[in-house]
This record gives sequence, C-alpha cells and structure tokens, in this order.
Amino acid sequence: MTEALDTFRAETRAWLEANCPPEMRQPMRSEKDANWGGRNAEYQPGQKDWMDAMASRGWTVPDWPKAYGGGGLSPAETKILREEMARLGCRNPLNSFGISMLGPALLKYGTEEQKLEHLPKIARGEIRWCQGYSEPNAGSDLAGLATSAEDKGDHFLVNGQKVWTSYADQADWIFCLVRTDRTNKHRGISFVLFDMETPGVSTRPILLISGYSPFCETFFDDVKVPKENLVGELNRGWDVAKYLLGHEREMISGMGGESGNRALHSLAREKIGLDGEGRLADPLLRAQMALYEVRSRAFKAMSERFIDELKSGQAHPAQPSMMKYYGTELNKTRNELMMAAGGSDLLEWESDASNGGAAARAWLRTKANSIEGGTSEIQLNIIAKRILDLPGA
Amino acid sequence: MPLFLDDEQTMLRDTARDFVSEQMPVAHMRKLRDEKNADGFSRDHWKSFAEMGFTGILIPEADGGLGLGHVEAGVVLEEIGRNLSPSPFLTTAVAAVEALRGSAQRDRWFPGILAGETVAALAIDEKPKHNGQVAMQAKRAGNGYRLSGAKQFVTHGHVADLMIVAAHVEDNADVTLFAVPAGTAGVTATPERLTDASIAAHVQFDEVQLDGDAVIGGEDGGAAYARLLDAARIGASAEMLGVGGGAMDRTMTYLKDRKQFGVAIGSFQALQHRAAHLYSELEVARAAVLKAQQLLDTGSDEAAMAAAVAKAMTGLATTLAVQEGIQMHGGIGMTDEHDIGFYMKRGRVLAEMFGDTNFHADAVARMAGF
Repeated sequence: MTEALDTFRAETRAWLEANCPPEMRQPMRSEKDANWGGRNAEYQPGQKDWMDAMASRGWTVPDWPKAYGGGGLSPAETKILREEMARLGCRNPLNSFGISMLGPALLKYGTEEQKLEHLPKIARGEIRWCQGYSEPNAGSDLAGLATSAEDKGDHFLVNGQKVWTSYADQADWIFCLVRTDRTNKHRGISFVLFDMETPGVSTRPILLISGYSPFCETFFDDVKVPKENLVGELNRGWDVAKYLLGHEREMISGMGGESGNRALHSLAREKIGLDGEGRLADPLLRAQMALYEVRSRAFKAMSERFIDELKSGQAHPAQPSMMKYYGTELNKTRNELMMAAGGSDLLEWESDASNGGAAARAWLRTKANSIEGGTSEIQLNIIAKRILDLPGA
Repeated sequence: MPLFLDDEQTMLRDTARDFVSEQMPVAHMRKLRDEKNADGFSRDHWKSFAEMGFTGILIPEADGGLGLGHVEAGVVLEEIGRNLSPSPFLTTAVAAVEALRGSAQRDRWFPGILAGETVAALAIDEKPKHNGQVAMQAKRAGNGYRLSGAKQFVTHGHVADLMIVAAHVEDNADVTLFAVPAGTAGVTATPERLTDASIAAHVQFDEVQLDGDAVIGGEDGGAAYARLLDAARIGASAEMLGVGGGAMDRTMTYLKDRKQFGVAIGSFQALQHRAAHLYSELEVARAAVLKAQQLLDTGSDEAAMAAAVAKAMTGLATTLAVQEGIQMHGGIGMTDEHDIGFYMKRGRVLAEMFGDTNFHADAVARMAGF
C-alpha cells in the first residue's frame, strides 16, 4: 500500500516536472492570472498547454471517475498529487465553478445522460459555468427566491432576475435555482441548467468598490429551458442547492493560504525593514502578524483534516460552514495586514509600481468573502443549529 | 497519513474516555483539593493508569511498553484535560519518557513508570515566564558534574522520584539534560499549591554532585532537550484541548437547560454566534494538535514549528472556551460549588506551561522569517 503510494508519488513528481510549463510555476500576480477556460477564454502563455496536459490525465478533477473525465484517483493519491503540485509551485490548471460546485452536485443528483454530457466538458475546461442563486430580495434568505419557471410541456419558461452572479458575462452556461411552486417555500424550488446564449438571457456587470466587476446582474425574459435540464426532482432543488453550497463554502474557505502569507512576509520586510535581531522593525504589527500566522497555520492543518474527513465520509455535513467562516475571516485579516504593512505605497490605485493597485483591489475584494456563499453570520447560525444543536430562536 | 484518528486510536480514545471519566471525574480533583492532599494527585489512580497500559504508551515494546506514539499519548492527555484529572502523566509518561527513550538511563526508570510507581518532574523554568532560556550551569567536577541554581514551576517536584534538570555544561551553548534521583544531596524542593490546586515546586540546587552518567543522552548538542520540549509542549496542548472541550461541552449543556424570558438561553442569537465561533476555534486547534503529534511521531523537522503553532493555538482557543464558559454560566459560574471555574484555573496553568501563546507566536514568526 505505502509502496504503491511511494511509486505514485515518484511518477507524479516526474510527470509534473516534465509537463508543467515554467510560466505555470510562477505565483499568480493577481486574480487576473487565473485560468477559467470556456468558449471565450483568452489564454496566457503556457495556460492552455498546462490545462490540456492535466486534463489528458483527468487531473483537473483527480478524484472524479474516469468515465466523466476525471483521474479516478483515491483520496490518498489525490492528496499526493496536491502535495507534489504545491512542491513544484504549480498553478491550479483550471479554476472552475463547474469543478468546485456543479460537478459534485451532478455526480450526486444528475442523471447518467447529464453526467456524460456536462462533466467531461467541465474537466477539459471547455464550458465555463456560473451560478444563479441570489436575487435582489433573496440574499441570506435564499429560499425566498422568486425567479419563476413555468411548465410548458417539453420545456420551462424562465422569467426573473439574479444578482451577484460571478462572471456571468463571461460564462457559457448557468446552473440556476428557479421557483416551480409558489405555495411551498423550500419545496417549491427546482435546479435547472441552461446555455447563457439562449434567447432572453442578458447580463449587466456590477462595478464593485475594487474597481472590478466580478459580479453581474442577470436577467431572464421568457427563457426556454428544455425539461431534460432539470437536475434532481421537480420542487426538490433546495436539496441540490444546499449540497452545492457546502462545496462552494469549501472552495471559498481555501483562498489565500501559504503563498499569500509569504507575500505578506516579504512585503512587510521590504516596506518596514528588520531590527538587529532579524525581526520586523514594527513590533505591534509583527505581533498581529504572528498571531495571524498561528491561526493561518493551524487552519492549514484544519483544511487537511477536513478534506481527509470529507473523503472518508467522516466530516459533519455542516462542517463546510465552519471552514467557510474561519477561512474567509482569516483571508480578510491577511489583507488588512497587507495594507498595514505596505503603507502609502499600497494605496496607489493605477501606478505601475503598484501593479495597477492590485493589492488594494484584492484587499477590497476580500470583503465580499464573508458575504458571498452565505454570510459569516449565516454560517454561525448553521453551526449553532446543526452542529451544536442549540434550540431554534 | 490521513489527519484523523485511525480505528485503533479511536478505540484507545473510547477506552481512555470511559476510564478517566469514571475513575477521575472533576469530583475526584475537588476531593483531593478539599482534603488538601499533599501529593497533589492520587497514587492509587496512578497505579491503575499503569494497569491500563497508559503509562507505557510511549515506551518501546523492547523495553516492555506499548511502543505507540504521541497521537496515542495525546488521546489520553485530552481525557485528563477534559476531566481535570490530577496526574503525573504529562511530565512522566510523555515528556520524561520521550527524553529517556534510547538513553542509558531507560533501564533504571522505565520499569517504575510502567508499574505506576515512579513520578518524574521537569526542572526547566528559572523565571516566572517560560522564555526558552536556561541560565543554570553544570560545572565539570571529577568524573561528573556539580549543579547549582534555582528552578521553578516544577510540577510534582516535591514528590518526584526523578527530576530532569536542564542546564548548560560550563559555557556550552547547548542545553544538556540531567537525571537527578530523589534524595540527591543538595536538592531542596519547596511545594506551592497553584491556582488550580495542582502543586509545583521551587527547587534549589546547592552544589549538587552528579555522576558522569547522570547526563541523559550524553552532551548531545541539545537534541534531547529539544525532543523533551516538543513532547511537553505538544502534550500540554493536547491536555489543554481537553480542558477547552470540557468547558465547551458543559457550557453548551447549560445553554440548552437554562431558561430565561421563558426560553432556553441557547436560543438567543447573541449567544449562538459566540458558541459557534468558539466551536470553530477549538476545531482548528484540534487539527493543529493532531498535526503536531503526527509530525513528532514521524520525526519530521517541521515538528518544532508545529509544536509552537499547536501550543499557541490551543492557548487562544481554550482561553476563549473557559472565559465564555464562565460568562455564559452567569452568576453560578462564579461559585466555587460549580465546576466550570475549575476549567478556567486549569486552562490558565496549562497556558503558562512550557511557553504561553505570545511566546510561541513569537517563535512562529521567527521560524517564518519575520
């Protein structure tokens, strides 16, 4: 067993050495360096080669079954692949809501036809997905959503509006929560998939405080959605939605991490300097950074534990809420410390020296981490009720 | 290796949980305190700990022990913490055994530890705050050494059969460990009862003459001392995790039982959010402790960093747990009659032991390069 894993590790290391382009071993300079694939992707040098090489082995989704474009790896092998990628500094070959959110939901709730149609295209980065959940009047109270899907025999007719749809203007398909029964709040919601090029779909980017527009308003005006694109049972889409939200929370909790911490250390050393004993010359900032570092490293162990427990079926079903809460609060803390360490140099918004205000824009972007995918307060509610079993208010 | 307990470790945890909660619940500690027990722990219970095999967890099979690791020792420590059980387990069966493993002295001390007859104490600290520094010097004298100086916060020091003393040989920059048996001339231990009713000694060493073979593991460049500190810190973290978990469990029960305004106070969102935050902190601390135990067991050179993270993180999480424990219990939590206050006292003592959160956060920053 251990011997087989050692062999797998050695082979994986050699393959990554041979196949990961040098550009893809450089740390990302900003979120613009991430590859999301899709019909309209504009690839940086090395990006497409790296994605295609990984996809050819099923390693963009290493633990999915091979039949759906995955690598069919065991949890232990998946962990080794991740460790070896980290060792080489390999970038994530493909960022994708299809991988992190829709895929797991389709694997659990999709029909065989749906899996064969959609999962391989996700694995190969051919189709970029977006998530149609929140609405202007359904945020934390997501089940209050009103976008309607009317039964027209062979298709649904979808009308309504979504908001905070991440990258809707660049996505190819959407997975969307729609109301199919007005008389039942939770059991009147269905989960459907459709092409963003379908007539009646339009998007409008929302300019955020970061100066970027990662989110859109998305409008549906008599959009025809074929019945075979319903995932799970009619009116039981809330089950699919909740399952998927758990995976979204996992993804958001994993942002930041070690490379971000190293960036913080080097920025602080550069901007503040060291004293005679090699410590940051600002003792109070150093103390804050030290306590952050403790929590961050402990949370890294927690992430490892969470994934190991998840893969072996031992994780509490509400544990992603804890991960999401803790991970996003840490990410916000790290970005506050970045701004404190960088001083006025990091306040520049457009200069070349500041890479177009990348750090300040990232700092502002992280403020959404504890709002999107369920606010920190909603996560705490879920932990209190489902894990601690405290009585409903 | 997955970062959760395997089946055998889970079985050991269940055994330890049943045994410690039945034999040494908080009432046991309260009784020892009320009768002003001079040992600070029960020798009968130390013997039954040995009969369960617990004292031999870290002792190699070749030496008559179970040959297990710090994950398994930590499982027992957590139950000790959860029940606030006074026990020499951490200093004796974890830290001292780790230092003695593979050394020439093991034959002298392991049988007594396996039998639950021997108690070991660690004489490291010289200042009220553990700072990782040792000033005490051992002068070379004949074939052996002569020790002079003072140590403090030596838990079980007044009843220890074996005291492990940290000192520099002459001007050697590395710390060497010395095994000092009870009754050695020139050693004076003055016991003091601490906040949590445990007993620690101020120990005076006055021209104490030791044989050359008193050195544990030889003058080894500080290797034995580093292993002892890692084991002690990770062990204290595991015990502290149990203290925090025990305080939280009691507090959650209280939130469900206590009614005000006609409802359980646990239905108030103000308290629910604080409880959920506390849960998160303790879960993260648990992961940090297990990671450190695994790294120590595999002999990884990342163990020292992991030990610092574990001790700092459990300090943060358990301190929050005991503070929220008393606050959420309200007035009853301030009474001596209620057990929750004991958790705060024990948490404070363990937080100080082998370096507090600030000390270890500073160490983490140094190791991370800032």
